[in-house]
Amino acid sequence: MTPLHISSYTATTCLGRGLEATLAGLREGRSALRPCVFETVTLDTWIGEVVAVDAQKLQKNLARYDCRNNRLVQLGLETDGFAERVREAITRYGKSRVGIFLGTSTAGILQTELAYRRRDPLSGALPDDFIYRSTHNSFSLAEFTRDYFGLEGPAMAVSTACSSSAKVFAAAARQLALGTIDAAIVGGVDSLCLTTLYGFASLQLTSSAPCRPYDVARNGISVGEGAAFALLERAPAQLASGSLLLLGSGESSDAYHMSSPHPEGLGARMAMAAALHSAGLNADEIDYINLHGTATPANDAAEGKAVAALFGDRVPCSSTKGATGHTLGAAGAVEAVICALALSNDLLPGSPNTENQDPAIPIQYLLRARSSTVRRALSNSFGFGGSNCSLILGLAP
Amino acid sequence: MTSTPLSAWIEGIGFLAPGLPDWPTASSVLRGEQPLIAAPSVLPTPAILPPAERRRASRVVKLTLAIGLEAAAHAGADVSTLATVFSASGADGHNCHALCEQLATDDRQISPTRFHNSVHNAAAGYWGIATKSMAPCQVLCAFDASFGAGLLDALAQVIVDQQTTLLIAYDSEYPEPLHSKRNTPDCGGVALLLTPNKTARSLAKITVSPSAASALCMSASELEALRSNIPALRSLPLLQMLARGESGSLCLDYLSPMQLSVDLQLC
Repeated sequence: MTPLHISSYTATTCLGRGLEATLAGLREGRSALRPCVFETVTLDTWIGEVVAVDAQKLQKNLARYDCRNNRLVQLGLETDGFAERVREAITRYGKSRVGIFLGTSTAGILQTELAYRRRDPLSGALPDDFIYRSTHNSFSLAEFTRDYFGLEGPAMAVSTACSSSAKVFAAAARQLALGTIDAAIVGGVDSLCLTTLYGFASLQLTSSAPCRPYDVARNGISVGEGAAFALLERAPAQLASGSLLLLGSGESSDAYHMSSPHPEGLGARMAMAAALHSAGLNADEIDYINLHGTATPANDAAEGKAVAALFGDRVPCSSTKGATGHTLGAAGAVEAVICALALSNDLLPGSPNTENQDPAIPIQYLLRARSSTVRRALSNSFGFGGSNCSLILGLAP
Repeated sequence: MTSTPLSAWIEGIGFLAPGLPDWPTASSVLRGEQPLIAAPSVLPTPAILPPAERRRASRVVKLTLAIGLEAAAHAGADVSTLATVFSASGADGHNCHALCEQLATDDRQISPTRFHNSVHNAAAGYWGIATKSMAPCQVLCAFDASFGAGLLDALAQVIVDQQTTLLIAYDSEYPEPLHSKRNTPDCGGVALLLTPNKTARSLAKITVSPSAASALCMSASELEALRSNIPALRSLPLLQMLARGESGSLCLDYLSPMQLSVDLQLC
């Protein structure tokens, strides 16, 4: 693909609001996971909560969108000057020429879970103040973003579980390549809810300790929440050295099982190979891999095999989910932003909570953050249903 | 920048809606050769799935396999090689209701199968298991604009990646109490197999561009009810042209104020 300019980006997770806090957390090797005290949930697990969500107020004319997920959307948009950069792009290109491509797994399902506790005792009806379209529906975060900026162009939500907000980069890149739009707001937002907390627990995929990706004793995920956005544009002919670029993307399907990865990581390997092909790069031109690394025994074993098969042990790798938790549908965008921070700050992030790397996985796994030149970084995101996506980001020479 | 025309060749069509069990029936009704007889959607049992998955197959899984396989068979395409774009206004409504109902009680130990079936891409996941296709699989939602969103991304994959892509746009119903908040009446959907180049099997060339015009409605009221109540069936005016074997232009609903102007040239 023709490289695209990532002209602005931001991420908010439990690690902090915005780039500065996220970078500091990555440098310190901090884990922001806490024992789960969310809502009425009684599970022995740890979570990555964005506490500032609760204080967010939506504008009056957007009140119908009010729910935890859209509050997190707004919090994310209003961080690092991202909304201002979007408004400048709208001024440059026009309100029908800026597209919206956002990933989520559960959008505002929490609103429905809460509404089901307030059903009419006689009729069973949901309360009048519950609005399905602008809270529960998977498109609600994209429609909210469209109305927030007064946009009139294309918009779509990608919902492929935990690969959702990696795949939005690929979908937006296609429309930019075709010229149907001139800029794209891409990103992902997922927020804590009972469905995912009790759901991952039902699959015995949540850990009772903070998650330990790639540790020999890893035993499950820590569910997190997050919002991350990037503004994608076609790169001008003269782009300042050091500008951030999307260099390639690769997508594949496991075609294997609904909730278990292909044991040999075949789909993961195909996605990484497709991303390298899309970027016109060889495996030895990648300086850092941000792994999907959920800390389930099966995911890390399968992904590790795929990475080892393509990259051997030559490329420094880490999963940053020990820092942020698994932000599910937001993970692709959150970790693309972490790659952007690695590239812009010559930082190889480590893996908080991981103590003993699994000796059965022969990759160069980073337990601690360190400084090193990073010119090109690859990010993996894999989801339920066997949906895989890899992205490659780099710096303009 | 000059926009590239969003063009592809349609090679296969799959269809299922209330009273319209397949594309041959639907095309006959759309040509006016037979009336639409109101009846609930009939979802065939997916013999292609392994027994364990077949038992767990929900209505959206049956729906998407039915229309996707019909379109692929129409085109003589090998499903194990096809990239796919699934686009739906919602996920499995019955499964969602059961989860929310249980999570509102004191016993929140939900079933793991219910949980993995709750993802928006559940039907796409079962499609992968059934067809063994490891090609890219997109899963979109744009509420009532889901057909247009799916068409835009499927065309982009055909043109940018030069890859034959199967678009599967579909919707299903919620039971009460969610039905009162989102009243999609029944299952319905359309599948279009899109190729980058004309072949002996091509049915028509489709070219899509943004438009501010008003979308075309169906003149028959029972067909207009399907078009306006089931988001995937916003495609019906296009399908009527295909059924009648007509070339021409029309406008489909997408995301107000952006609509999609469609030019269709029969082969």
